[in-house]
Amino acid sequence: MLIRKTHLTGDSIPSSEITPLEVFRTQRPAVRIGRRDFLSRAAMIAAGSAAASLVPREAYGAEPLKTVPGKFSTDETQTPMVRATGYNNFYEFGVLKDQPAKNAHTMHIRPWTVKVTGMVKKEQTVNIDDLINYRPLENRIYRHRCVEAWSMVIPWDGYSLSEFINFCNPLPSAKYVQFLSLFDHKQMPEAPDDYHWPYSEGLRMDEAMHPLTMLTFGCYGQVLPNQNGAPVRVNLPWKWGYKSAKSIVEFHFTDKQPRTLWNEANSEEYGFYSNVNPNISHRWSQARERRIDSGFPHEIPTQMFNGYGDQVASLYAGMDLNKFY
Amino acid sequence: MPNRLIPYVKTVVHLLCLAPFLVLFNRWRSGEFDLEADPIASITHFTGDWALWLLLVSLAVTPLRRLHPKLSNLIRFRRMLGLYAFFYASLHLLVYVFLFTGYDIQTAWIGLTHGHLSVVWNEWKMVWPQVVDDLKKRRFIQVGLFSWVLLLALAVTSPNVMLRRLGGKNWQRLHRLAYIAVIAACVHYWWLVKVGVRTPMKDTVVLILLLLARLVWVALNQGRKATSRPLPEKIAQSV
Repeated sequence: MLIRKTHLTGDSIPSSEITPLEVFRTQRPAVRIGRRDFLSRAAMIAAGSAAASLVPREAYGAEPLKTVPGKFSTDETQTPMVRATGYNNFYEFGVLKDQPAKNAHTMHIRPWTVKVTGMVKKEQTVNIDDLINYRPLENRIYRHRCVEAWSMVIPWDGYSLSEFINFCNPLPSAKYVQFLSLFDHKQMPEAPDDYHWPYSEGLRMDEAMHPLTMLTFGCYGQVLPNQNGAPVRVNLPWKWGYKSAKSIVEFHFTDKQPRTLWNEANSEEYGFYSNVNPNISHRWSQARERRIDSGFPHEIPTQMFNGYGDQVASLYAGMDLNKFY
Repeated sequence: MPNRLIPYVKTVVHLLCLAPFLVLFNRWRSGEFDLEADPIASITHFTGDWALWLLLVSLAVTPLRRLHPKLSNLIRFRRMLGLYAFFYASLHLLVYVFLFTGYDIQTAWIGLTHGHLSVVWNEWKMVWPQVVDDLKKRRFIQVGLFSWVLLLALAVTSPNVMLRRLGGKNWQRLHRLAYIAVIAACVHYWWLVKVGVRTPMKDTVVLILLLLARLVWVALNQGRKATSRPLPEKIAQSV
């Protein structure tokens, strides 16, 4: 009866007063906003939090996600969400750090499908919402080390990529998986012409199947903001940040090492493996990093494999990491 | 510009040149740096940008004064513009030395305020290997430091006393190194950014235009000499 009553209340709103979804979305051009988010925002305003005024409007566009605590989390000081969502590299939306937060709202993240292609039992297309609901979303706090020598500590929400790869049913002959990101010049007018779009990244199959490798849909317990790679990205905490491809539309299974955008742009500087390595010879030093958490960033030494050596070093046993950088 | 206005205009130019520093200082005082994601990177870019921009402005003085005889006393602003460029380049270098190397400012400061001057030096010895490593391996740091050393030489020789001691001709020759310094600064910028990033393009275009203006001037002057040549030739014929 109660359910029925709720229905009745719902029906009692004249349809003329219901904002069509498309209109509702376009009314807030900076963010794609959900009803729940509207409520949480209203609560935030009601709370009159002084911090709220410091938050760039573009940075938040998120709906809360249902998550469970995950493995592999670090207990280091987390980077505040406003920094992790306001300081991004997402060259499709401009090469400056603050541009993605300002420009990424032009990306349409619904409808969104993910294609599974190449060496799989059956090629298929998966709806993003089915992908999100495929496994419980774990909250995992990872270190994120950018090749530009800064780092953050970010709580990501998702599950191990291996779960999805098992669903994809790759053939035994598949040795690599390639991630292809969305590219559409209309939605990404700031993208420089100098790169071979779409953004492409890839992993060896054993790297992709490693439990640390994460298929990510959210951060800070909320749906990924566009500038952080909505609606789906990967996270490879032991590799330079650019390996963690954003806004993925295709998983391609192959027996050849896939092209990666940064390797094509400058192969001396960006190798296929791109494991975090403080001793690597690079244009600027990788021995230290600026840890961006609360307060003024502080310099800390960079760790081999970004401190995940215990878990991942065995993947590269016997390899010369100066050659396979 | 009437000469009597120069002291007033100089005051304005001083304020304009100091304004970026005051903006930076205010950002620190107001705690804005604590809200920014990567203030170290933004301070680095800010001071580097202003060093390069002021060098370009100082380079614009000569072409501007050639436009009209009334602009010729603009030369009296060039030295101060160059010195301010050196000031921002020095801040830029200090950011590298104290913020990028991992120098423990806090410990050094506590030591300093408690009268242990040696702490400042000991902290420096800790980061020194990093600096040496950078100087040996990283060409963008080498060319940036080279540019700063040139500017240092120009700054040291900028007072009138030095001008007199060196003699006008030598002084002028030495100060042509400003061209090398600004070109090195541009190269430093290009060698720093990633492939495909073109943020140094605007500065480079301005630099090229300012250098071209000088070539055009030389070419025009040669043309004038050529047109004024017939007279001596006639004299030569009559002899």
